This record gives sequence, C-alpha cells and structure tokens, in this order.
Amino acid sequence: MRTEVRIAGFGGQGVIMAGVIIGKAASLFDNKNAVQTQSYGPEARGGASRTEVVIDDDEIDYPKVTSPDILVAMSHEALIKYMGDLKDEGVLIIDPDMIVEEEIVDFVNEHKIKLYRAPATKTATEDVGLRIVANIVMIGAIVKVTEVVSVDAAKQAILDSVPKGTEDKNIQAFEAGYALL
Amino acid sequence: MVEERFVQGNEACALGAIAANCRFFAGYPITPSTEIAEQMSILLPKYGGSFVQMEDEIASAGAIIGASWSGMKAMTATSGPGISLMQENIGYGFITETPIVIINVQRGSPSTGQPTMSAQADMMQVRWGSHGDYEPIALAPSSVQEFFDFTIKAFNLAEEYRVPVTVLADEVVGHMREKLIIPDDIEIVTRKRPEKVDGQYLPFDAPCDGTTPMPAFGDGFNIHVTGLTHDERGYPDTNDPDTHTKLVERLCNKVLMHRKDICSVKKENCDDADIVIVSCGSPYRSVGAAMKKAREEGIKVGSLKIDTPWPFPEEEIAEIAKTASDIIVPEMNLGQIVHEVERAAHGEANVHLIGKIGGILHKPDEIYDKIKEING
Repeated sequence: MRTEVRIAGFGGQGVIMAGVIIGKAASLFDNKNAVQTQSYGPEARGGASRTEVVIDDDEIDYPKVTSPDILVAMSHEALIKYMGDLKDEGVLIIDPDMIVEEEIVDFVNEHKIKLYRAPATKTATEDVGLRIVANIVMIGAIVKVTEVVSVDAAKQAILDSVPKGTEDKNIQAFEAGYALL
Repeated sequence: MVEERFVQGNEACALGAIAANCRFFAGYPITPSTEIAEQMSILLPKYGGSFVQMEDEIASAGAIIGASWSGMKAMTATSGPGISLMQENIGYGFITETPIVIINVQRGSPSTGQPTMSAQADMMQVRWGSHGDYEPIALAPSSVQEFFDFTIKAFNLAEEYRVPVTVLADEVVGHMREKLIIPDDIEIVTRKRPEKVDGQYLPFDAPCDGTTPMPAFGDGFNIHVTGLTHDERGYPDTNDPDTHTKLVERLCNKVLMHRKDICSVKKENCDDADIVIVSCGSPYRSVGAAMKKAREEGIKVGSLKIDTPWPFPEEEIAEIAKTASDIIVPEMNLGQIVHEVERAAHGEANVHLIGKIGGILHKPDEIYDKIKEING
C-alpha cells in the first residue's frame, strides 16, 4: 500500500533530515520501497521547509506526494502553507507549542482529520536537554501513531544518519517522542 | 560485497563515476547539479584522483578533454547555462575522438531560467548544440539507480567508441532520494592503448565505422591532436574534400552503425497496445500509474521508455507505430523528442505531445486524461 508522508517546519528544525531518516528506515531497514523529496529553492532558507516521503511495499513509480496520508507540522507557517491537500480522515501531528490551534479547528473538523499533539520542541529542550533533536523526538511520535516504519528500522536509520558521538542523545530523543502519544 | 544506500540521484551519479574508474573531475558548480561536484570533491582525493573547480564551463570541458588525453577517465557536471558554454569544446571532443562524460542535470530554460526547477530543456541541444555533423550518445536516467548505472554505462560507451557521452538527467532525478544498490561485479570498459610500432604511426587509421586505440600523452607516440579536419596521420588536411568526407562520415558511422549495440529501450505491455506512451527520463515515473488505471478500464495501453535518446531508437519506435494507433509523448519541454518520434513513426501512428514546462513533473492523471481523450 502506498503511504504519503509530509513533514513541514521552518528551515533549521531538521525536517528534511527527519524525512531522510524515515525514507532510509523504510528503504534500507524495513525492506520496503521509499522515495524522499524536499522543497528546494531560495524560499527554503528560514521560511517554510518541507520534505515528503512516499513508502510502498511495491515499486514506486510516481515519486512525489499528491495528497498526504500523514502531515507533520513543526511550525504554524508551514502548517498553513502545506495542510490544504491532506487527505480526508488523514493523520495530522502537530507540535502544539509552535501552532495556533484555533486557526485549524475548522479544517480539522470539516475533513475529519485525526489530530495528534506531540510537543517535540519542549520535550527535546526539557527532557533530552538538546533543542536540536526536536526532529528526532518527532520521528518517535510519528512512528508511534502511524507505524509507517518499524521501531527497529527507525532506530537503525537514526544511528546511520546522526554524527558520531551523538547516538545516545538521539536514541533518547526518539524514545521520548515515542512515549508522548 | 553488494552495498545498499539511500542517496540522492546526484550522489549516485558521483558514486557511479568512481565505480567506473573516473579519476578526474573539472567543473563549475551549478544548480541543480552541484551535489555531483561536491561529492566528487570529497571522493576523488580518497581514490587518488583530482578535482578541479574551474573558472567557468568552457575551461571545464577543456580540462576534461586534456585529462582524457593524459589517459584519465574524466567527467564534468553542469546544467543548461553551462552546457551552452561547453558546446565548442564538446565539438572538439567529437572531432578529436576524446572519451569524456558530461552530466547535464537539466533545469528550466532558456538562459538562466529556473535554477531549482526541473525540465528536459536540452534534449535537442545534446543532439545539435555544437556546430557540424556528428552523432552523440546520450542516456536519460529516471531513477537514482539508473543515474548510477547510466553514469557507468556512459563511461563504458565513451571509452569504447571514443566519443563524448552525455547523461541527460533532470532536477527530479538529481535530487530525489531512493535506494541505491551498488553491485560488486560492475562491468567496466577501458579504452585500448596502441602497441608500439616500427615505422610511421597512424593514430587515426581506422575502419569506416570504427575508431583506433588511443595513446596518452607521455606514452611515447608523436601525435597531433587537432580540431581541424585531419588525415589518418593526424595532420591537418583541410582542403581535400575526400579527407573531410572520410573523417566526418566515420565519426558518424562509428555510432550509427553500432546503433543496435548502443540503443536501449524498456517495453511494457506493448504487444497488444492500441496506445503506447513513449517517455524518456523522469516523466517515465508518471507512466506506470496512468497505464495501470487505463488497463483496469480495459483500455490497452503500453509503455516504451527510451534509455538512450541518442542515437535515437528509430527501429523500436517504427515497430510500435505499426501495431499501435496512437503514441503519447510526455516531455518536460514544449516538444523536442516528440519530433523524433513522429519522424520514426513514419505516419503509421498518431503522435500526441504532452508538453509541460514550469518545473513540475507530469502527474499520472495528466497522462491518463490524454489516454481518455484519445480513447473517446
């Protein structure tokens, strides 16, 4: 089955890294097929940034996301910019501290969106003690809610992607995110 | 050992070049090809090779020609504006029979156009961009794996036929990440070097459809490498019509007469197809879903993917034109390869273009809608 995931935030939050890790987890460690793409251009710096991952047991022809099954938003600007084509009854995971929820209530109700709140930035800062691992915390929350990749594959992909010496902090971040939901 | 990685197409291209024993890269980084130069600058020193960031693309093409004559497998990577600047030296590469590989990650054009957006704007420029008669070889990847495989194949063809070979990628395939499988048994072709001879050495004394072993500077042969029309000794002979005809016809024949060995297409569901979608490069990725949807409705749709736009697979297109009533050509331009398809179809099938510019890959439904329109 084809699953389309979009992760959005602002440049610097590591959303593209999160997409690469999920794609890598599916492709190399869950033995599925995955294609990862990302917003690319001058607007990516500082403004809204986006990565998309298509995951399928079968071969993937069309590599781009057309209407995501799963949308993850780590900033309000990116949420508003990229939520429009989320599938009806789709999964929306937000970092509640970064989002003005009143502005999306109508959208969520109208499209029967399954809304989850994962305070990734706060958890990274307060529980892990390292704000920059918010993206990894968010991967934990995504895996818990959607099972889009397995826990083992996600951990292996994280270890394969993060700088040497930061493995423990990143796995701790993943587990903290997994426990949020 | 077989290795699996999850990488961008541009990174796969650099890994393919290294696997093909490319040990020299000269280039001027340009979006959306920059990651190739970046990766080559990281990889080449580890393999004893050289990376040079040049002052521009004219110099880049010149540098890889020089490196090739020094016995190296050499490559550059660029996009539309750089390809335009390289044309003069690419022509020099053809007439001097210099094996080089040029990677063109296409973007919106003309001029500097859309640096970050995708296009297939240079399909014809590869064919006719430099002045004169010549027959280029070009390969168009549609996946990360193909970008790796076709880069290796580009080196193999360049070495075998002594021609510049272009890999015609685009922003979509350059920047997407997918699984790359690096096999442990990669077939590598390396140019033949001449044996020492007694008496006069004739560096260009080749059969009418072939080429000759290529010496490297320093091998001890006295050789004149020139862009002027030259005889089998390599000496300029610019006023004799026979010398020019013999040389230029051979340069064309060595590719055209081996078309069967060079051309590669992938056919799916063509045997019973009324409508065949002919695609090349990234738009192939939109064909599968459209074909499946149409087949589910009982519309007989097939796909022919062109791996090698140059030399153009004329016989393969002529063959499907005889059995199909309609051919659809999705291209990320306003119509380039479609003209070749029309020519090769000889009026035996109706040829329809889905030309798309702006930078976004065709959606499968854009192809499906055209199928429905034709099917009535």
